[in-house]
Amino acid sequence: MSEPKVTSCRATPGEVDLVLILGVKAPHAHDFLQVQLELAENCNQLMTQALSIQNLSKVYKNGVVALHGIDLEVAQGDFFALLGPNGAGKSTTIGIISSLVNKSAGTVQVFGHDLDTGLAAAKACIGLVPQEFNFNQFEPVIEILLNQAGYYGIPRHVARERAELYLNQLGLWDKRNGQARDLSGGMKRRLMIARALVHQPRLLILDEPTAGVDIEIRHSMWNFLREINAAGTTIILTTHYLEEAEQLCRNIAIIDNGRIVENTSMRELLSRMDTHTLVLDLVHALDGLPVLNGFSVHKIDGHTLEVVVSQGANITALFAELSRRNIAVSSLRNKTNRLEEFFIRLTGSKGDAA
Amino acid sequence: MNGRAQLIALKAILWKEILRFSRIWVQTILPPMITTALYFVIFGRLIGSQISDVSGFHYMDYIVPGLILMAVITNSYGNVVASFYSAKFQHNIEEMLVSPLPNYLIMIGFIGGGLARGIAVGAAVTVVALFFTSIPLHNLWVAGSVLLLTSILFSLGGLINAIFANSFDDITVIPTFVLTPLTYLGGVFYTVAMLSPFWQSISLANPILYMVNAFRFGLLGVSDVNLVTAYLAMIGFNIGLFWYALYLLNRGYGVRT
Repeated sequence: MSEPKVTSCRATPGEVDLVLILGVKAPHAHDFLQVQLELAENCNQLMTQALSIQNLSKVYKNGVVALHGIDLEVAQGDFFALLGPNGAGKSTTIGIISSLVNKSAGTVQVFGHDLDTGLAAAKACIGLVPQEFNFNQFEPVIEILLNQAGYYGIPRHVARERAELYLNQLGLWDKRNGQARDLSGGMKRRLMIARALVHQPRLLILDEPTAGVDIEIRHSMWNFLREINAAGTTIILTTHYLEEAEQLCRNIAIIDNGRIVENTSMRELLSRMDTHTLVLDLVHALDGLPVLNGFSVHKIDGHTLEVVVSQGANITALFAELSRRNIAVSSLRNKTNRLEEFFIRLTGSKGDAA
Repeated sequence: MNGRAQLIALKAILWKEILRFSRIWVQTILPPMITTALYFVIFGRLIGSQISDVSGFHYMDYIVPGLILMAVITNSYGNVVASFYSAKFQHNIEEMLVSPLPNYLIMIGFIGGGLARGIAVGAAVTVVALFFTSIPLHNLWVAGSVLLLTSILFSLGGLINAIFANSFDDITVIPTFVLTPLTYLGGVFYTVAMLSPFWQSISLANPILYMVNAFRFGLLGVSDVNLVTAYLAMIGFNIGLFWYALYLLNRGYGVRT
């Protein structure tokens, strides 16, 4: 009997529905039973959360309470955003998951491996891209990757193949023999991504991976991360760029003052937005505040108006109102992206995410 | 991690550590060679020629074991304290901390680096000494084992210093104010028989005196201290410091918050 292989699995509580099974031959009844058992086991593995956090608390030695018993689940294969203002507890959470910070209470499981009882197995599943550059600035780029692979017990020849693969994919192969300190900021960020991937982790944690990176490279990094995620790697992302989270992530948690204040799908969160703000640049300066029926208007200066538009409102009606009052508009833009507006509402912050 | 993976990981740390001090050999290997050559010229040739024999050996020959061991001590200590603190300072120690490497393997890797540099510098200093005098070898096993135990012991010392250190000042205080005085007063340049009984008994509290004299016995066959006591002291310190360093790392002292 060939080895059963589950290529996809869908399950609801109390029911396991195997959708597609390849390579299974079970000519006898007992073989078929064995197949069923093995498939059920494989399916359970598939259903294990990539990350499961229960009642996680952290009190630093100086008495600062960074986390107040948070719960968080990240499904396998997810692209998950963890957002919050500075000092909210994101980096502490990531530090605890990657075992750089000791937790005060609670449990953390990575692909079912508890940090308290299966630390090495949990660590082997994680690749971390930290916020700050944390490689030896004086080492050659390729040595950084080879050493990191070595720490995970990966033989040198395999490490070389993977280093070549990821350095090529991230546009750093030409720099492989140069010292890390000679790389640009964007290259250093990509080096940390390559380093985090060299042991091919199942969970990739990115703490502001595109900070200080120009827009072109940021978009190429987004594409790379989408490909990594599509290939099966679960990704947790924190970022200052809320557009980045909106573009990339399917699910989101917002943390504020050490508490999870929102934890839902990106789609669901954005659907809750009931208004958005348009900024209108005017051709001619206005003296007073115009009244536009059905719309709330704020005057920023003589040439700029902000108009609050309800979800589903007819924008044509807005232009009809403007036309009726002889207000000529030269350009129009959204004041902020939708997630940013929601973020500010939830945290009371002024867009100071991550 | 299974045994094979641990071996690969250990080799990775060792390779990294050896490459680190080899790349900067002008800062790590060359200076002790020049310093030792100056010691031989000044204390051995110029002043030593005016000094009568010590324990039956020309003064130049008498100070050779101490000078070799002094270079081993300072370089083993210096390698680990600089490498580990630098890894803490640049945060690249996190590369190891996030991996499945057990803490004892991290320790053995850094100590292996200190040992490699200690032996490399010890060999380089020995070559320099051979330009000035011939070096007898009374007992290879004693000389070799004392060299290893001493190098490991001071590598451990450097590691503990680096774990506690919060600034570059902290990694120079111990070598300057503790290690150097203890080494100079550890019988490198003299025999304790030259001291008054009071200072002799004070000197016997200095652990480096036991190492220098045990190594001197390995090369010259003379010693101010009992060899068994010297071995017990070295093994005892090694075991004690190893467990203390491991305890600190397991608690995450200085590396985890």
